[in-house]
Amino acid sequence: AGGKVMTVRDALNSALDEEMKRDPLVYLLGEEVAQYQGAYKITKGLLDKYGPERVKDTPITEAGFSGLAVGSAFAGLRPICEFMTFNFAMQAIDQLINSAAKTYYMSGGQVTCPIVFRGPNGFAAGVAAQHSQDFSAWYVSCPGMKVLAPYSSDDCRGLLKAAIRDDNPVVFLEQELLYGDSFEVSDECLSEDYLIPIGKAKIEREGTDVTLVSYSRSVGLCLDAAAQLEQKGVSCEVVNLRSLRPMDTETLFNSVKKTNHLITVESCWPQCAIGSEICAQIMESDAFDYLDAPVLRVTGADVPTPYARNLEENSVPSTTNVIRCVESVLSRA
Amino acid sequence: ASAIKFEFMVPFETHLLPEGDGPKQEAYATRDELLQYYKEMMRVRRMETAAGDLYKTKFVRGFCHLYSGQEAVCVGMEAAINKQDSIITSYRAHGFTLMRGAAVEGVLSELTGRTTGVSLGKGGSMHMYANEFYGGNGIVGAQVPLGAGVAFAHNYRKTDQVCISMYGDGAANQGQVFESFNMAKLWNLPCIFLCENNKYGMGTSIERSSASIDYYKRGDYIPGLKINGMDVLAVREGIRWAKKYAGIDKRGPLVLEVETYRYGGHSMSDPGTSYRTRDEVKKMRETMDPINQTKERLLENNLATAEELKEIDKAIKAEVDDAVKKAKDAPEPDLEETYTHIIKGEQYPVRGCDPFTIVTPRVT
Repeated sequence: AGGKVMTVRDALNSALDEEMKRDPLVYLLGEEVAQYQGAYKITKGLLDKYGPERVKDTPITEAGFSGLAVGSAFAGLRPICEFMTFNFAMQAIDQLINSAAKTYYMSGGQVTCPIVFRGPNGFAAGVAAQHSQDFSAWYVSCPGMKVLAPYSSDDCRGLLKAAIRDDNPVVFLEQELLYGDSFEVSDECLSEDYLIPIGKAKIEREGTDVTLVSYSRSVGLCLDAAAQLEQKGVSCEVVNLRSLRPMDTETLFNSVKKTNHLITVESCWPQCAIGSEICAQIMESDAFDYLDAPVLRVTGADVPTPYARNLEENSVPSTTNVIRCVESVLSRA
Repeated sequence: ASAIKFEFMVPFETHLLPEGDGPKQEAYATRDELLQYYKEMMRVRRMETAAGDLYKTKFVRGFCHLYSGQEAVCVGMEAAINKQDSIITSYRAHGFTLMRGAAVEGVLSELTGRTTGVSLGKGGSMHMYANEFYGGNGIVGAQVPLGAGVAFAHNYRKTDQVCISMYGDGAANQGQVFESFNMAKLWNLPCIFLCENNKYGMGTSIERSSASIDYYKRGDYIPGLKINGMDVLAVREGIRWAKKYAGIDKRGPLVLEVETYRYGGHSMSDPGTSYRTRDEVKKMRETMDPINQTKERLLENNLATAEELKEIDKAIKAEVDDAVKKAKDAPEPDLEETYTHIIKGEQYPVRGCDPFTIVTPRVT
């Protein structure tokens, strides 16, 4: 690393900029992406650079504009469809699942759909139940699309560029609370052709005692927990999944075989969450035989997100939850 | 060959168009053109009859929505546009698949779920595709913004092409339809929204589902045109005008209503008699049938003889009979095809129904 730092916002913005420059078929649409420069400023400056034909403000009609974007992808364009947040994408989830993800299969390979659906997903601060929730598991459940959940600036640049160049529908789940966070970036990451392979996890921190597997902002919780646990003599390995579908179970299983302990950390609701899936996959693999204790899951609380600060804090996973689970899992060994 | 003038029995009606704008209330057609439309409509009719028979003999599974009665719409449309123009429709898609270039055998084999089907047996009745034909879509109304998106792509590439984004009278009340109208007008897209009004959304008549049954006026701020969908020449003239309006002259989207009628039930599981009378169906068949009308035009104007038409009928019957045989005899897809075409490019292991079945599909 050259000691350079970059915010997640700038990482996303620069990735969009470079890919629009690279391929004239790439265009961007969504609410407030153009004149307003993006509700979260991820698309700042792009209207000036690429003009109103390639950076399109849409009306507030999620089903309509995501369907329109999918149709344009069928016809050969490469749209990037921004949802102001994935909370609003629920209006359009039929277009993502039934139109975008399935048409390649239903047509026997005749119609492709190269599109990226992106925007913030997961917990936000103080906005209550309808605007603060993690939908990862919903999209991950569906064959026919790829689902990415970046954590760092490096993840954002490499994965977003890979998503835009991919010939399949990609759901790209950002995290509003990370947009302003800065991360170190390497010179390689700043290259215009920096691509992170979809379907590969990253070991963020090597360790020997327990594996913490996570994605998106929860990776940060795991790294914090690992730093605190190191003081107590516990060595955590932190796996950042990056890609939720396809999921790099190989890297995960290898880590489990090394540490013999696993905690999953995420902000989905617990039922049918990413952690549930990982548990099932472990049980169906030989990694199960290496576990010295049952897998524990850290998730969002099984409640609609409350507004009051203390209640909200009580329903969002924290470092404390992670540490508690690590201590429990190791004492059971 | 010289063209003959035909007056329309049912005139076009317009919405929000300046006085004098819109297609003429007459059409010119040559013997060759009329014979071609006759042949194409007859081919769709015979294919659909065969599809119904295949369904009744259990060669076709699931849903099967037949197009009998509505043939003038797909044939008239195809006569008016070119191969670079696009069409997308809902689940009643067999006729369009054929008109966009598929063979009868490809359609029927898709229905029987064979590897020789147009979608390799993976789509079935509702999911057929062809060149610039984007299906074959099963979620009522969801195809309308998809069609607006195809038109967006034509506009983005600065071509003269249009997309005809079709929906039925039932789907006409879906919110996404109006969302699409709004964006298409806002962005001046070459999108021809086309409501194929066959009078019933499943078993619900238009009067019971729609606060306004003037579907060509429901674009509000978008000009509209009502077309007699039982007359292939009226459909052709209406679509020709619309293609020029939206594609060549770039005057923005249109909302067309094509009034038509389905002879059968909504799908094969609906006899189609509980919400309408047998007399109504009989009357439509006797007085409005698009194939008979074309036949009469040919005979009355001495453009063809009854014998010539019989020869055509015979040839089509042979073609369809042969396709039926092939659709029955063709092999089912290899089980391996369960796992192909999920995603394009690099493949990842796919789980079957138990943990002992993990397949890495071949690259497609």
